Amino acid sequence: MTNDIIILPLVIHLFFSIVLMFFWRQVNIQKIVSVVGNFVALVLAIWIFIGVYSQGILVVESGNWPAPFGIVFVGDMLAVTLVLLTAIAGFAVSIFSTISVIKARLRFGYFSVFHFLLLGLNGAFLTGDVFNLYVWFEIIIISSFVLISIGGEKNQLEGAVKYFALNFFASMIFLTALGVLYGLVGTLNMADIALKIKDVDNTTLVEISAVLFLVGFGIKSAIFPLYFWLPASYHTPPSAVSAIFAGLLTKVGVYALIRIFTLIYGGDAFLSTLLLALAIMTIFSGGVGAIIQNNIKKVFMYFIICHIGFMIGGLALYTEIALAGVIFYLIHDIVIKTNLFLISGVIYRIKSTTNMKKLGGLYANYPKLSLLMAIPLFSLVGIPPLSGFWPKISLILASFNAQEYWFFAALIFGSLITLIVIAKLWSEVFWKNQPKIKFPKKFIYFDQLRMGQKLTFIFPIAFLTFVTLYIGFGAEHIQQVSQRIATELMNNDSYINAVFKR
Amino acid sequence: MEIILAIITGVLYASGIYMILRRSMVKLILGIILLGNGVNLLIFLLGRITKGEPPIIDSTEKVLQGVYADPIPQALILTAIVISFGLQAFAIILVKRTYKVLKTDDLDQLNTTDEDS
Repeated sequence: MTNDIIILPLVIHLFFSIVLMFFWRQVNIQKIVSVVGNFVALVLAIWIFIGVYSQGILVVESGNWPAPFGIVFVGDMLAVTLVLLTAIAGFAVSIFSTISVIKARLRFGYFSVFHFLLLGLNGAFLTGDVFNLYVWFEIIIISSFVLISIGGEKNQLEGAVKYFALNFFASMIFLTALGVLYGLVGTLNMADIALKIKDVDNTTLVEISAVLFLVGFGIKSAIFPLYFWLPASYHTPPSAVSAIFAGLLTKVGVYALIRIFTLIYGGDAFLSTLLLALAIMTIFSGGVGAIIQNNIKKVFMYFIICHIGFMIGGLALYTEIALAGVIFYLIHDIVIKTNLFLISGVIYRIKSTTNMKKLGGLYANYPKLSLLMAIPLFSLVGIPPLSGFWPKISLILASFNAQEYWFFAALIFGSLITLIVIAKLWSEVFWKNQPKIKFPKKFIYFDQLRMGQKLTFIFPIAFLTFVTLYIGFGAEHIQQVSQRIATELMNNDSYINAVFKR
Repeated sequence: MEIILAIITGVLYASGIYMILRRSMVKLILGIILLGNGVNLLIFLLGRITKGEPPIIDSTEKVLQGVYADPIPQALILTAIVISFGLQAFAIILVKRTYKVLKTDDLDQLNTTDEDS
């Protein structure tokens, strides 16, 4: 197997997004092409994952320029795992989009932009160059701006303005950090920076660049004082778009934090303390935010924030067990959060609202569907043996070992509040009798759909639920993968040696 | 030269952030443009300014000798300019659409997304 296969996920999404542009107005062809494209990407991602798992880190030098001079693409375990998860989420969401996104939106290049978004995500995961990472981030945000504002409804535009302002600001801060870092080390290759940053005498400037990176990625991944754009914007686009945003966009910020703060600034005491404090506050504010919301989409949004805290805190502890927990949580979280927003989309299609006060009686009317939805909800809480339980063991163990009892308390608090809110959600949406409200007449309800359309709605949820179940019951395999990624992250020599071909 | 550039960078950052913090959406765009230019100047400045030393290898030598101007920051700035140009174009259209739909230029009026629906 040659090294070049790791850029195939990029090529495939670029290819399909260009192909989709040729069918600008033929929506039905676009649907088929997009689903096929995502299926191909999924198969490729599995192939690449197996390849990297068996052979170790694969490196591609673009233009054949040797490592510190050209841009490198590095497929280490962390990157290919995330590429695989992107493919899983992308496949599910593309199927869901075919049925849930209305034609008026699809006719303005929805699928094409969707593939560009996945291209940007894959690029961000695979690149080994900081400036290239910036470029991929820009591709991601440009695509997400289009996806969030496509359709142009009132609240969508409002959400888009807020989302745009904050994300553009984050990019500028990221670019500033990059400028400062380049001024210090004179290179952009991440492995080369990792080697050279140890020789920089001016540690204050190094820490300034680190904090600028933290602010830039922090806005993107919605950590504590920087998350306010998220609850204002994520619920405004259609559920399919929310799902891909929730599953992957904030996680790419987390990925960048993990990469930068292990490879380049690994084990800096000041940064660890800062990250840990932010993590505790993130868990707290996300949890408290979730408990007062009535709209299920907003509840899930605050859960995103709350659970980002788990990952950031694990990163701050910077031990092998903690990082293994973080990676496991990341794997679990991407699948679950995508699924939750797809579920909210189905609930909206059934009842024409996502407000808990107006919902009810779902279990009485749709018992099988409710059971299917129960699995991701309980996995989110972390009821053993479902998937949320295992990473929490690692995180709690690591926080105990590091004697960080505040973080330990925050983890327990976050899990407890998730349990309370999910219990409330379950009783309000599924068990309570349907309250008397006026259902709008001009709305295509779930019951009025044909059998095939219903299945298209349910298949992505069932697929992601199956993946969640595998993560829960096959936890040994996932733990093995996370353990290996954690070892790679802690000893970055393997990454650096692979980049420089030593 | 460095001092002047440093001051200009600082002024651009400060005025850009000030403009972003205003309530008007047009000023938001202006702030974004100023901030983008500030960042570009910062990268240019941090890449060390060297006058009249192009990074061209002499035909008799294999590697560059002595002091030379670093070409990478310029490449970075060029990329960043193109990207922020695209984003600014998008922002102007977005703000125009938002103004047409909402009939307001005041960012504080954009609060229907926080309502409980």
